[in-house]
Amino acid sequence: MTFKNETEPENLEKNGQHKFLLNMGPQHPSTHGVLRLVLEMDGEYVTGIDPVIGYGHRMHEKIAEVRPAQSFLPNTARMDYVCALPYNHGYVSLLEQMTGIEVPERAEYIRVITVELNRLASHLLWLGTFLLDLGAFTPILYCFDDREHILDILESLTGSRLTYSFHRVGGVYKDIDDSFIEKSREFMKRLEKRFNVYDKLVTGNIIFRKRAEGVGIVTSDIARRYGITGPNLRGSGISYDVRKAFPYSVYDKFDFEIPVGKNGDCLDRYNVRINEMKQSLRILSQAFDMIPEGDIRAKVPKKLKIPKGQSSFSVEAARGELCYYMVSDGTDVPYRLKARVPSYGNLSALAEICEGMLLADLVAVMGSFDLVIPEIDR
Amino acid sequence: MDFIANLPPHFFRIPIALTLVISLVFINALIMVYLERKIAGHMQFRLGPMEVGWHGLLQTAIDAVKLMSKQLIVPDKAHTRLFRIAPLLAFTPAVLPFAVMPFAPNLQAVDINIGVIFIIAMASLNVMAIFVAGWASNNKYALLGAMRSVSQNIAYEIPVLLSLLSAVFVVGSFSLGDIVGYQGKIWLFIVQPLAFLIYFVSSVAETNRAPFDLPEAESELTAGFHTEYSGMAFALFFLGEYTEMFVVSSIATAVFLGGWHGFPLPFFEYSSVVWFLLKTYFLMFLMIWFRWTFPRVRFDQLLNFSWKYLIPFSLVNLLITAVVVKL
Repeated sequence: MTFKNETEPENLEKNGQHKFLLNMGPQHPSTHGVLRLVLEMDGEYVTGIDPVIGYGHRMHEKIAEVRPAQSFLPNTARMDYVCALPYNHGYVSLLEQMTGIEVPERAEYIRVITVELNRLASHLLWLGTFLLDLGAFTPILYCFDDREHILDILESLTGSRLTYSFHRVGGVYKDIDDSFIEKSREFMKRLEKRFNVYDKLVTGNIIFRKRAEGVGIVTSDIARRYGITGPNLRGSGISYDVRKAFPYSVYDKFDFEIPVGKNGDCLDRYNVRINEMKQSLRILSQAFDMIPEGDIRAKVPKKLKIPKGQSSFSVEAARGELCYYMVSDGTDVPYRLKARVPSYGNLSALAEICEGMLLADLVAVMGSFDLVIPEIDR
Repeated sequence: MDFIANLPPHFFRIPIALTLVISLVFINALIMVYLERKIAGHMQFRLGPMEVGWHGLLQTAIDAVKLMSKQLIVPDKAHTRLFRIAPLLAFTPAVLPFAVMPFAPNLQAVDINIGVIFIIAMASLNVMAIFVAGWASNNKYALLGAMRSVSQNIAYEIPVLLSLLSAVFVVGSFSLGDIVGYQGKIWLFIVQPLAFLIYFVSSVAETNRAPFDLPEAESELTAGFHTEYSGMAFALFFLGEYTEMFVVSSIATAVFLGGWHGFPLPFFEYSSVVWFLLKTYFLMFLMIWFRWTFPRVRFDQLLNFSWKYLIPFSLVNLLITAVVVKL
């Protein structure tokens, strides 16, 4: 493996500037997970970035080609372990779309409920780690406190806390009961109050605003060129959310808004995510009100033959648009599965956005981007 | 026995004073680390250390034993001698200011007539240690931390000195004993509120504490200047930091908060020491509170804050004080 910067050391001293290479990661407190950045530094200023990925590569896409499609489900949760349920959701929806299985409506509601809970958990984790990157240690423990409640609720339903395999082809694994709804409603009430705490603790803090305002501006042009999706895109003022643009599952039945930012700086991305959490709460309370009675799983043959052809399915994961693309040769084992993950596009824009920045700002921008490296490496 | 009796009294006084000071430094660090972890824990809805001793009281002692038993690993291409000297450099100047610290009316080792200047001079030696540590480690993160530390300390020593000067103008003496003595009637904090504020903010920056902990900013520079240090060498940096916290807080106490003055406590003869320590530890509690509340400032913001706000304001304050005192 060679790097642009390492192969041409003479570049480092041109124009009389004395630059040096700084290796950031894969073990670094703020390259969450296993991202490595080779930085070209001029003192405190970052003049070039080479992201190096692949330290967490587990060949998930290859594994999908050698086993029956339904057996691959647990792997989807391990791509992005922070927000695993949308990965479940996208995969089973793709299989249902290809095989033409009708999903009972109650199952779709349960899917949406679990996915939105998972999105809340993911955004709470992001909030904590973003502020940790800015040097504030305390908020992460407040966020983990809230996130713990979601994990407990999801654990009571799905049996796992992080890598769920809850959505199944044709429905879901288990029905929700009254205690689940009760616990979720209790938690939603609590979280709404907690937003005030976060507002007081973080949003109004002058140091936080100075660190986030006008830092790491993603123009809508950059966002479009690199395929940035999710809250990072909406922070730049482009109102694109798969849940609204191409409604899947039962998302068209809910009344919710897509929060957008204006300037595309870290503060906008922060606000977008905070507001997205509030919208998730709205979706959840509507879903609990509207959920119909009925089956939770359609009849699905044990050996699921996928008709010959190709198809794709997009869902909105916590970090942006997740798209599964599958080619089938008519057997129960897919010929090829490709996952288009949101973090990949988000990470690729980093080099252009962060050039000429202070090292501290680079850390802030990376934190605000909510990168989850294992989903890039897969 | 005659031989011992004939020795000059300094011969006994100095070792005793040194032992007392060094034990105070270590005990202070033990208490502060415990308090820091406990307060941080309670601010974050958790308990903090609970396992060793009652409510984790012995946790820091056990940690100290662990650090002492650990090996000091010198990196491959580090400058070995400087690498080993740096922790001592960090520790020694932090201890020296205790020589002039007025704990109580009769509890001050020496009351030299330039006490304030002496303390400032000793406190600023700390930068040398950090710079040597960062340079000798042969680590880019450590070097970045060291570079930050130097510019930060230069920027923040000026407001510290200027704000102390305005207090000195009011009293008319550099001696800490005189300054505390002057405050029997009125604390200088009331006469010079702006100077106190500027002094306290800059001294938080001087001690490299959050939100100004840029030399060791862990989310940017892993651990900054002490990235490569382990074992007791790392512990000495830690000791230095907590001792410096104590020093800057006790200067603030002595110069602005009336030093040992306070109403006499019932059933206790030495209430002046208690008052001094109470005020000092209250200021240190504020520092801990800052650390667990605020995000870290950025490097340019840090320097701008000093050069654009703290220094001009302290200069204006000094000018006004000088005019008022002259009138």
